[in-house]
Amino acid sequence: MAITREEVLHVAKLARLELSGDEVERLTLELGAILEAVGKVAELDLDDVPPTSHPLELVNAWREDEPYDSLGLDAVFANAPQREDDLFRVPPTT
Amino acid sequence: MTWQPVVGLEIHVQLKTRTKMFCRCANGFGGGENTQTCPVCLALPGALPVPNRIALEWTLKLGLALGCEIPKRAVFARKNYFYPDSPKGYQISQYDLPSCVNGRMLVPSSAGDHEVGIVRAHLEEDAAKTVHVGGRTGRIGGAEHSLVDFNRVGTPLVEIVTGPDIHSSEDARRFLQLLRQTIVELGISDAEMEKGTLRVDANVSVRPAGSAELRTRCELKNMNSFRFVAQGIDAEVARQIAVYEAGGEVVQETYDFDASSGALTARRSKEEADDYRYFPEPDLVPVEPPAELVERLRGELPELPSVRIRRLERELDLDRALVLVTGGLDRLYEATVAAGAEPLPVANLIANRLATSAGDAVDASQLALLVGARDRIPRAVLDDALSHIDEPGFEAAPYLAQEAVSDTGELEPVIARIIDANPGQVAAYRGGKEGLLGFFVGQVLKETGGKANARVVSELVRERLGA
Ligand SMILES: [Zn+2]
Repeated sequence: MAITREEVLHVAKLARLELSGDEVERLTLELGAILEAVGKVAELDLDDVPPTSHPLELVNAWREDEPYDSLGLDAVFANAPQREDDLFRVPPTT
Repeated sequence: MTWQPVVGLEIHVQLKTRTKMFCRCANGFGGGENTQTCPVCLALPGALPVPNRIALEWTLKLGLALGCEIPKRAVFARKNYFYPDSPKGYQISQYDLPSCVNGRMLVPSSAGDHEVGIVRAHLEEDAAKTVHVGGRTGRIGGAEHSLVDFNRVGTPLVEIVTGPDIHSSEDARRFLQLLRQTIVELGISDAEMEKGTLRVDANVSVRPAGSAELRTRCELKNMNSFRFVAQGIDAEVARQIAVYEAGGEVVQETYDFDASSGALTARRSKEEADDYRYFPEPDLVPVEPPAELVERLRGELPELPSVRIRRLERELDLDRALVLVTGGLDRLYEATVAAGAEPLPVANLIANRLATSAGDAVDASQLALLVGARDRIPRAVLDDALSHIDEPGFEAAPYLAQEAVSDTGELEPVIARIIDANPGQVAAYRGGKEGLLGFFVGQVLKETGGKANARVVSELVRERLGA
């Protein structure tokens, strides 16, 4: 298997995801299948191929330092589960 | 055993671009909470980052000022972590391919130039501001909830990492003063620790003097002035030496330094610390700075503070040179000397009497006139002149016209009166309390409305009391 149950639990913890036993089971299988598929690449002889972080040849895509209007507060908080005055209220993080 | 401190610094500098790093929201203080936010910096689904050209250029410029090499290719990565200050769930940061590497800064000291290696300077984005409410104050553990203001998220941030080349808290402070001055002169940041636009973490270890080993280091955070950085380093060095001398081992740990108590508090160690799962940011293409751009930026660099300190040191001492350069006052000093004033009095007067902010507004030729006349005009008039010298159109002439009274015929009767009125002080002076000379001079100056020449008065008083 390309990924262990412990690794799945560790990554879930990093992302603060609470998974049921069934979900851990299913994700271990699904992530394993994905990693195995990607692992096919390792079967090729890639010694002469530089690591490719981007599929495009493009470099230096940037913009000028010109401001635009930010969102209005109504739009900013439209998806916020909890708002306190003009601040986002979120659960404590540990 | 003697121990040598080994310190490396990590410095974060907020760039003062007009807009944020990856979106065009206004950058900087001023707006109401969450008013400088948009789909990109709030990480709404589908929003895409586009880098700010000026932030990229300023990062290169700072790197060049720090003697760095500019690699052909820089790549942004995602640093993944879960915390409400990062709405995306990751910070975009250069990682294994930063914009600037392998530089050095020369820090003048009385023992000659001290070289501090710059391992790297890379570009990233700042996090949001969070406030924890409820529970014990300031402790996340007991907080009932957190409040988040996303105005700061996405502010361009340059992180500078030094080698473990600093060996005293004083060297750390001097390095930081020079680095700060360099940043300010490049015009890329206000670099003010109190405002958080410059932030410093220190990695501290100790080793037996003469050894080259690198022992376990601890990280100090939360020091909001250069003085506290120095105090924090001293406290941590003392703590580690005590651990080793008691036969213990230093454990890698992160500490907050509380300047009011001088105490170091260990942060709760996170089980999953430093597991950021970096990978290249798929939404941003690599940066390959054209050679012409790098050369243009190199050409725009001002003469660097450390070079100017070395130059000033030839006519002044290191301390005065440092104060003038790190206060941004050395150009005024040089212009005033060039206008004909004597170096040492100019340096003293500028360093002691002028605010850093006044430096650029002062007309050096007028200051040179005042310095030349400083012993002839009354102290009160000199003070008055200096308090107006940074105003537009300031002229020294009217102040120079108010020459101090040096005429002994005019001063003698006043001195005689003061001496008669203070028999106790006279006896004490004659009994050996020579510090009382200042008292008599002060009384005469008061009596003459500040117009007497203090040097002449002092000589006359000394003559009379010595008799
Ligand atoms: Zn934005």
